[in-house]
Amino acid sequence: MHLFLFLLFAAFCAGGAVNLLIQRKTINSALSLIVVMGSLALIYLLLGAEFVAVVQVIIYAGAIMVLFIFVIMLLNAGDEKQSKGSNVAKIFGIPGLFAGGIIGVWVLLQHSPQDHPIPIGALYGPADKVGMMLFTKYLLAFEVTSILVLIAIMGAVVLARRSHTS
Amino acid sequence: MSALTFLIVAVIKIAVTLGVLLTVVAYTVWLERKVVGHMQNRWGPSRVGPFGLLQPLADGIKFLLKEDLTPPYVEKNIYLLAPGLALIMALTSIALVPIGPVIHLFGISTPVQITGVVGPSGQPSDINVGILIVLGITSLGVYGIALAGWSSNSKYSLLGSLRASAQMVSYEVSLGLSLVGVLLMSSTLSLSGIVHAQLGTWFGFIPQWYLFKGQFVAFFIYMMAAFAETNRIPFDLPEAETELVAGYHTEYSAMKFAMFFMAEYANMVTVACIASVMFLGGWSGPPLPSFVPAAVQAFMPLVWFSSKIFFFLFLYIWIRGTLPRFRYDQLMAFGWKFLFPLALANVIITAFFVAMRA
Repeated sequence: MHLFLFLLFAAFCAGGAVNLLIQRKTINSALSLIVVMGSLALIYLLLGAEFVAVVQVIIYAGAIMVLFIFVIMLLNAGDEKQSKGSNVAKIFGIPGLFAGGIIGVWVLLQHSPQDHPIPIGALYGPADKVGMMLFTKYLLAFEVTSILVLIAIMGAVVLARRSHTS
Repeated sequence: MSALTFLIVAVIKIAVTLGVLLTVVAYTVWLERKVVGHMQNRWGPSRVGPFGLLQPLADGIKFLLKEDLTPPYVEKNIYLLAPGLALIMALTSIALVPIGPVIHLFGISTPVQITGVVGPSGQPSDINVGILIVLGITSLGVYGIALAGWSSNSKYSLLGSLRASAQMVSYEVSLGLSLVGVLLMSSTLSLSGIVHAQLGTWFGFIPQWYLFKGQFVAFFIYMMAAFAETNRIPFDLPEAETELVAGYHTEYSAMKFAMFFMAEYANMVTVACIASVMFLGGWSGPPLPSFVPAAVQAFMPLVWFSSKIFFFLFLYIWIRGTLPRFRYDQLMAFGWKFLFPLALANVIITAFFVAMRA
């Protein structure tokens, strides 16, 4: 059952990603990206990390993608024009894709723990465990990220004010 | 409980909850027309059935039989997708709400909550990130409105949906932060866990709801943000009929329009459910004196819960009949410059007191 669901959502995820690239209309691409985010969240849920899954939905599907859609609505961009395609892309594109994929899988296999891969549903990730990890083991990374976010917020404020004064 | 019993119980619970929710939605529309009518010194619906009680039925038949018009200039797929998306997101989140305690029927015990189960020790349990899932589904509800306005290819729809998405994204922040105080005090994210944390009374009659435990500022912020989230007066800029015809659903007719309408009212019910679970103890209430028969006592949780929901729905209608609409810049300034800092201050003060007590 778990394996079936995993394959289903993985197929949704990959299909959404491919659809994102081949769609000509920006809004359809954005909607495919939402499908990718949603199926990623469901895969997290299958792994047992329910907090991460819900945060994925709230942050990516619920906030960031809404802003994407918002920008698309404001700009009202037309359809993409398809180029004729360069010969280099035609000759090297597909072999390059295969080569890149194989190298990617090889690197992942090299770095994954061979003796105990994580089985489906084995991660135990309720909110309190995640919070405890953030404030003990990964405290430095957490604080550095928060400073980064603070700088980004200040940058947004500065950018928003500039149009007022000039 | 075997897998088959589990499945049957789940299907029955979903069917009953959905049926009750849709009936409540239909009669909230009736109640709104009636109450606002009386506030404006007129009768409201009075022709169909006694007190106009069959009016929702007549409206439903009308919506089904009207011509379902699709304007030729719309972005068709997305135009058809949007109302379904809005309605599905609005109806889904009720599944997380604990409506009552564990009931025992025909040798099966189950909590009155779609996602709730009874554990091996007889303790009810539900999804341990329940409130976050509700917030996630609410944040996905924006897509129905945003896509409806964009795909309609009309300036009124587009302006309405731009306003709606900006407003909902902005007020979601305050909405989420106002709940953090309660979550800090209950130290759980599960909705039935939060209700269980509010059982018990002071002096035998004042219930220990989080509203009385010092979260009244959070309650105020939540209610303001909830009004904005559901696009109700005084925050109904997205469908301001004086300037935008009907806002994001201008180009929709018949059942597709009705789906947006139902989504708005279902969202009102969900927001009222979450408010009563987080701040007013959900289905708990002050204990009745012991001479009340046990059969009546068993029904009290449902009575408490539905009367709280009725209170919130009435409050919505009351405010609709009382307050004028905000200006758009006032709306944004209110959300970001007043509610948001207030919500942050509430979180910090609550965290301080929780840390002092720990």
